[in-house]
Amino acid sequence: MTDTTNNEVIISCKNVHKWYDEFHVLRGINMEVRKGEVIVIFGPSGSGKSTFIRTLNRLEEHQEGDIIVDGIELFHDVRNIEKIRTETGMVFQQFNLFPHLTVLKNITLAPIWVRKWPKDKAEKVAMELLERVGIPEQAEKFPGNLSGGQQQRVAIARALAMQPQIMLFDEPTSALDPEMIKEVLDVMIELAKSGMTMLVVTHEMGFARAVADRMYFFDEGLIVESGSPNDIFHNPQEDRTKLFLSQILHH
Amino acid sequence: MAATEIVQEIKRPPQPPGPIKWMRDNLFNGWGNTLLTLVLLPFAAYVMFSSIRWMFVDADWQVVTNFPLLYAVGQYPRDQLWRVGVGLSLILFLMGASWGKWGGLLRSIAIAFAILFAVFALLPVHHPEFDLGMRLYLGANALLVLAGYFIGRIQSLKASYIVIGWAITPIVTIIFLSGFENSATLPAVGTTLWGGLLVTFLLAAGGIVLSFPIGIALALGRRSSLPVVSAFSTIFIETIRGVPLITILFMFSIILALFLPSESRIDRLLRALMAVTVFSAAYSAENVRGGLQAVPPGQIEAAKAVGMSNFQTMVFITMPQALRAVLPAIVGQFISLFKDTTLVVIVGINDFLGIGRSIINSDPAFMQLQIEVYLFIAVVYWIFCYLMSIASRRLEAMMGVSTRL
Repeated sequence: MTDTTNNEVIISCKNVHKWYDEFHVLRGINMEVRKGEVIVIFGPSGSGKSTFIRTLNRLEEHQEGDIIVDGIELFHDVRNIEKIRTETGMVFQQFNLFPHLTVLKNITLAPIWVRKWPKDKAEKVAMELLERVGIPEQAEKFPGNLSGGQQQRVAIARALAMQPQIMLFDEPTSALDPEMIKEVLDVMIELAKSGMTMLVVTHEMGFARAVADRMYFFDEGLIVESGSPNDIFHNPQEDRTKLFLSQILHH
Repeated sequence: MAATEIVQEIKRPPQPPGPIKWMRDNLFNGWGNTLLTLVLLPFAAYVMFSSIRWMFVDADWQVVTNFPLLYAVGQYPRDQLWRVGVGLSLILFLMGASWGKWGGLLRSIAIAFAILFAVFALLPVHHPEFDLGMRLYLGANALLVLAGYFIGRIQSLKASYIVIGWAITPIVTIIFLSGFENSATLPAVGTTLWGGLLVTFLLAAGGIVLSFPIGIALALGRRSSLPVVSAFSTIFIETIRGVPLITILFMFSIILALFLPSESRIDRLLRALMAVTVFSAAYSAENVRGGLQAVPPGQIEAAKAVGMSNFQTMVFITMPQALRAVLPAIVGQFISLFKDTTLVVIVGINDFLGIGRSIINSDPAFMQLQIEVYLFIAVVYWIFCYLMSIASRRLEAMMGVSTRL
């Protein structure tokens, strides 16, 4: 999207491996992400793409290889893990809003208790973010009273409230009805254009075409192919990529 | 356009007509049900008529009406009764203040108690203990709830004051009830003299308030990743749950006394309270653990993803949702704890039921009046249990607003 070649590397993964018991989910992932880049990760289910972005904020632990996020290496070190998590916002497929808290409290909870902001400041920032995602009037409602698209936009606002360096999206539109996908994607496109570093696991190829700097095709725990959206869509090198793209594009 | 017109033209179907239709639908649909109705209706009428006649004509309620204070406080010295009154009034006042401050469910609870005391004050009982002074005190308690309400409504009054009030009231009440050695104003009153509803409420309220946090701690302990903690919690919970309450009561009242040196004797009532607490804590723990398991893992991931620590996640995300999920079970358990306190009779404590038994045994003439005594006791237990269950249902409905996802 933007020219990011001169920016610093913010995420660096070298030869990342992960096993679930005997099952080898990630089989040596290498990736470098620069500040401000928008990365789209796609691939068939079970390819390890969700697992991979969850290792970046250590919701999953990797067993081999190095992951460095914002200059901090991810190890068995609790303080670093929480530091990383305040720098990386995450948006989940199932929204995972806190059902017992109002929309506003969902957003202000972490800034108040983790960032130690005063309540006024947290609420002011929260309202600005709700404005940005287009639903300031829902602030006092409970998540259960919102549509899926609205809930996901609240989830994005909740992640942004921590003012993260990086945003991770784990299939953010997969649980949404078609007419709601657009409202969420619009917010994400706006975010990408504002210069946020984003890693997005998604099959929304329109989104990838519009804002992705690079795309990664995952299969069986490996990066099969990567490149600019132009390369991937018009000139894929690998047969697996071609097959997969033909399946999701002619769907 | 045409479609909406058609929709508007359709009227709501007519309401089913009154009681005759109801009877035809429910009592006389088909010859089988008609026969059943004809046989059972006279029988039901007979049972109802004879119960009412028994209640108002045959029954001799003197075993109830002659001992109002005995049922209320047991042998607590009559010249020291004001000390019980102080504790009671304090609680009612706080109830009113909480209603004023927070409203909601507390409103219904406070009003229920105010009505209860107004009814007490006007009970048609003729007994020297139930004199004008006593009636005035009981009536004043109803007004105290209202007074508390208006004070609670004052905006500048901080909610934390009321919380602090609730925190110190049990301590103040216990100090007032037990008093001090060699004190003229508050002479010591041994717990052997405490009894009746006073003891029942102390055991139930004490058991609930103490067992709940212990239960939460045990539930968290059982899920802990530290093997020692989780093994201890599991063994504790499973041991207590595998033993009847009576056994635990005996253990605390007899065995504990054997092991401890005689000068450090723990009070009899306190030992019973400990037994009830431990018993209830084990069950609370399992309820809370069930609730913890019901919280979707996505919730914890979301909390972690915004950088919350394990402790913060537990306090703000997991525990509130877990408790809400198992609220009915927890209230159910409190209700059964309230009823289970009757077992302390076994270790010689005169709770409400115990007082009833001792009244029956006090006079051979009363042996014929057992039904009256037990019926009265049953009704009192039923009233309080039913109030708890209404409160629980209201609480569920209130919380249900935000449960949907």
